[in-house]
Amino acid sequence: MSGGFADLRIRVRQSAGLLTAIGLCAALYLFYNLNHPRGFSSAVLIQNSNEAFALAMVAMAQTLPVLLGGIDLSVGAVLTLVNVAASHVMNGGPLDMALGAALCMGLGAACGFMNGCVVVYGRIQPIIATLATGAIYMGVALFLRPSPGGNVDADLSWAMTNDLFEMAATYGFAANGEAAWFRPFAALPTPLILMAAVAALVWLPFARSVTGRTVYAIGSNEGAAYMSGLPIARAKLAAFTLGGFLAGLGGLFLALQTSSGAADVPQAGAYTLNSLAAVVIGGTSLLGGVGSAVGSLFGALVLRAISFNFRIFEVDPLLQPLIEGMVLLAAVSLGAVRVLRVRNTLDLFR
Amino acid sequence: MTDAVQDAAPRRRLSPEDRPVVIAAGFVLAILALGTAYTLWTQGAATLLAPAYLLQQLQVGSFLGIVAAGMMLVILLGHIDLSVPWTIAASAMTATAVGGPFAVPVGLAVGMGIGLINGCGVAYLRIPSMIFTLGVNAVAQGVMVAQTGGFAPQTAATPLMQYLAVGKIAGLPAAVFVWGVVSLGMVVLLGRTAMGRAIYMIGAREAAAYLAGVPTRRVIVASFMLCGAASGLAGTLLAGYSTKAYQGMGDAYLLPAIAAVVIGGTHILGGRGRYLGTLVGVILIVLLNSVLSIMQMPEAARQVIYGSVIIAMLLVYGRNDKVTQ
Amino acid sequence: MAEASQRAARIALAGVSKRYGGVTALDGVDFACSGGSIHAVLGENGAGKSTLIKIISGVVRPDAGEIALEGRAMRFADPASANAAGIVCIFQELSLVPDLTVADNICLADPPRRFGLIDRRAQRRRAEAALAAVGCEDVNPLLRVRDLALSRRQLVEIAKALARDPKVLILDEATSALTAADVDKVFDVLRARRDAGCAIITISHRMHEIEAIADRCSVFRNGRHIETFAQGARGPSEIVRMMIGREISAHFPPKPQKRDRPAPMLETRGLSWEHSLSAIDLTVGRGEIMGLGGLDGQGQKELLLALFGVLRGVRGDVLIDGRPVALTSPTDAKRPGVDIALIPEDRKTEGLLLGMSIADNLLAASLDRISRGPFIDRAAAARAVEDGVRAMQIKIGAPSDAVATLSGGNQQKVVIAKWLMTRPRVILLNDPTRGIDVGTKQEIYRLLRQLADEGAAILFYTTDYEELIGCCDRMAVMYDGRIVRELEGAAMTEHAIIASALNIDAQAASGARA
Repeated sequence: MSGGFADLRIRVRQSAGLLTAIGLCAALYLFYNLNHPRGFSSAVLIQNSNEAFALAMVAMAQTLPVLLGGIDLSVGAVLTLVNVAASHVMNGGPLDMALGAALCMGLGAACGFMNGCVVVYGRIQPIIATLATGAIYMGVALFLRPSPGGNVDADLSWAMTNDLFEMAATYGFAANGEAAWFRPFAALPTPLILMAAVAALVWLPFARSVTGRTVYAIGSNEGAAYMSGLPIARAKLAAFTLGGFLAGLGGLFLALQTSSGAADVPQAGAYTLNSLAAVVIGGTSLLGGVGSAVGSLFGALVLRAISFNFRIFEVDPLLQPLIEGMVLLAAVSLGAVRVLRVRNTLDLFR
Repeated sequence: MTDAVQDAAPRRRLSPEDRPVVIAAGFVLAILALGTAYTLWTQGAATLLAPAYLLQQLQVGSFLGIVAAGMMLVILLGHIDLSVPWTIAASAMTATAVGGPFAVPVGLAVGMGIGLINGCGVAYLRIPSMIFTLGVNAVAQGVMVAQTGGFAPQTAATPLMQYLAVGKIAGLPAAVFVWGVVSLGMVVLLGRTAMGRAIYMIGAREAAAYLAGVPTRRVIVASFMLCGAASGLAGTLLAGYSTKAYQGMGDAYLLPAIAAVVIGGTHILGGRGRYLGTLVGVILIVLLNSVLSIMQMPEAARQVIYGSVIIAMLLVYGRNDKVTQ
Repeated sequence: MAEASQRAARIALAGVSKRYGGVTALDGVDFACSGGSIHAVLGENGAGKSTLIKIISGVVRPDAGEIALEGRAMRFADPASANAAGIVCIFQELSLVPDLTVADNICLADPPRRFGLIDRRAQRRRAEAALAAVGCEDVNPLLRVRDLALSRRQLVEIAKALARDPKVLILDEATSALTAADVDKVFDVLRARRDAGCAIITISHRMHEIEAIADRCSVFRNGRHIETFAQGARGPSEIVRMMIGREISAHFPPKPQKRDRPAPMLETRGLSWEHSLSAIDLTVGRGEIMGLGGLDGQGQKELLLALFGVLRGVRGDVLIDGRPVALTSPTDAKRPGVDIALIPEDRKTEGLLLGMSIADNLLAASLDRISRGPFIDRAAAARAVEDGVRAMQIKIGAPSDAVATLSGGNQQKVVIAKWLMTRPRVILLNDPTRGIDVGTKQEIYRLLRQLADEGAAILFYTTDYEELIGCCDRMAVMYDGRIVRELEGAAMTEHAIIASALNIDAQAASGARA
């Protein structure tokens, strides 16, 4: 029986993971702002969005291979590689920079595509394939920038890491940001808009496409997907390529944010592992077939909100890693609740 | 689909389990050959083939070898242990802090304790091992950072620890002996005990193993405890090698351990693999690293070569069956 | 096969062969099915039925021979191309994606689109229409397939296939989990499709369903097409003879003469669990084969799982040989002193370790028996494997071969042999002969009787009434989680079983046809 209310109940139940992540993020961020001496101000919001963007992109990137039922250990390396590349090319005139940006995005996608080829045509499991390709990308990054440095256009950097008003003022549109129609948007931080844009214009169309649905189908039951005639290879390649592209976006932004490129191996590792945590917190199942990149985006925001809270409560920096770890462990242990409710042990084995 | 008569495996002289080991061994020889050619060319001597050099490589490799042995158990189950980095560090730091005759047992106990937590989370709470051990790693790091104030602990490693790591027994490095004992234990466990069989069965299909009456949860917990103990042992030895423990000392061991296990032919999803393969995998990685440093390869090139070698080897034998139904 | 019928055929195979390694699955097969007919394919496992279906639906490619669709030769590279040509197959192992919604699944391969993206509203409408066509209006298209009961899932699978308006529809044991009422609805739909011109090929091991639905029947044996005839032209024993190639004397082994009530080996008192089991009081004596009958999904599987320790929160008592036992896991159920064995429902995912060898599978439940301390006694292990293979007469190459290379019947024998090695006193069987060929079924019936004669208590669930009546000394018919009727001896008739299964008062139903 289809009725509006019954449908709504079903949809809510199926989106439980995503809604939890959004709620958690909202609660944590609200708490942070309430306790911040300059809470609810746009300066704080801008700074927070800047810090969250790269992780959000990497979390969205990690979602795709996880939906397939695998994992991508190279997302941090791709981020780093594109970061380093951007530090070389994001300068000069507007045309140079446009080409540079295109190059960076293409590089990210190419890395993802290579991951996909190794997995699909090499028929190697994603975890070990991306472990290896990650090392390769890191090596190339080290080659491009043995020590931190680089040259990133200052205007672009300023425009992308502040609010829309500054962007308008830097590039002289909407009467340098003063125009009346522009006023309601002026205070929105650019990174936040970019995040929303990526989610709405890149992820959602993909998820609604046949290729996107095939990705979910593969993670849920690859045999059934094959039997139904779905394009398996194409979907896997597309998923990895899109993942690489998104990680590249994060790297590009990181270059704009830090105005430099650095082939920082520990940082890459940290991004990779945090992306996994963000994906799980965002409600995507590590078994594949269930979840969404939007959830992972909020999962990343949850992680960042936790560290923001540390800052204002001046938690002893020595205790921060411990608390972060416990929060992560608690978040993933929530799934254990379902185990206690299972009555037929066979249901525990997938 | 009532009856799946799949391609009957044609009889090969080399069983599918042995092929990766043989191929990996081949690669080891190839690396030795390449390195020797290089040293002959640049130094006029086959430095790589000198016994002293080879023994030293084995000594360095024994730390990775012990970690890889533990990791293999967990991978055979179809799981993974990402808490290795801080299990190593935590065991090392606790061992040096405790000092005295209890240092080594305490180091092992810390490792086992962390393994116990991992095992319970995976076996009883059914949390995917990838993410649970990741969380445990973070908590272990947190506890250690809070305890030590973020610095490397000032207490030194005990003489026993140093001896085991650096000393010699009958002219051979003691560390290699320890690795040898661990390896013997692995071969016996996997090949000759009921628990070993149970590990392979759980990795092949946990539901069927459960329905056959195998105590799956206990086996999983025990395996994670052994893996933790291995990491603890490696950490204790590493502290002996460097004469003290330091932050992040275990970070460099996680990915190479996984790589060594997989290169050695163990299937990453579990159920298949031989310990001899892991042994060869460790030797391969250690040798590769050392040849690259003799060639004075910059870090960039090393990473690229490292990644390419793994892919190349997996392409040669680690391929999965195409999903046709 | 007459030339005329070949030309008129919707789908025709000529000279098709397929080998897997050293095994010939199909050998120069000619086969044709015309539009507007329902054609049943019969044969043992290993006869080639599944391979035939896989070739027609594009899952595998033949080594030799031609496939013609409506007279034109075709070559299918994969299921997608077969689907595109109008050939749709409904598989026994469902091709549904569990985490996607019903609507997504029904429109999986070719959804309605708007601006390149999937049009969800149009998709939902299509799904609702497809579900209504199989009488499944109660299923909300927004639900995930994972959340549906098995019988609903099978109906969704059928709806999905029909929604593609196929020219050739293939059903491979597609009704195995459906209730009799569902089956009737599906058969009505199939007849309507046939009348509209669809060619339908069906594989089933259920003779009564084939008699109800098929127009023509083809028998396969050992990869060869033996004969095609109109439904009703050959009697059941003739058909069985064609399938097996030899005369079948007795279908079931003889039962022992009625004796005094044997000592109870397995007893349950007030066994209850969730909504699936209520106050089950059951006794199975030493040397008795007790059957569990009734419609699918009335708690029979749950009862077996409860007796094996798989379910949590089971209330009530279980007694083995008069002593109460705690059953919290299969390890408990298996332990010496309790000695319960379970042959599970799905041999591929529950009964066997498919990636491992035959020997490993045979020893899977006996690790403690072949060990001395923590170590395995290799000689004892090898002996046990040999004994197991011999006792069950399993046809294998070598014990180190992968168990996945065996046919379905031999695989099931491995599962049973694995448990016989533990010398169980109570044997639970969950539909053990599903999808098994007639020859192996016979061997299993004989084995069960032999085990009972040696003193085991056997509890046996099957959906096949003939089997139930032929094998069991007593039976309990379940309905809605309760035992509604116990039958014994001559009272075990199909009529009585069905009456109790439908929870009809036996008196009132005595005049109705079974």
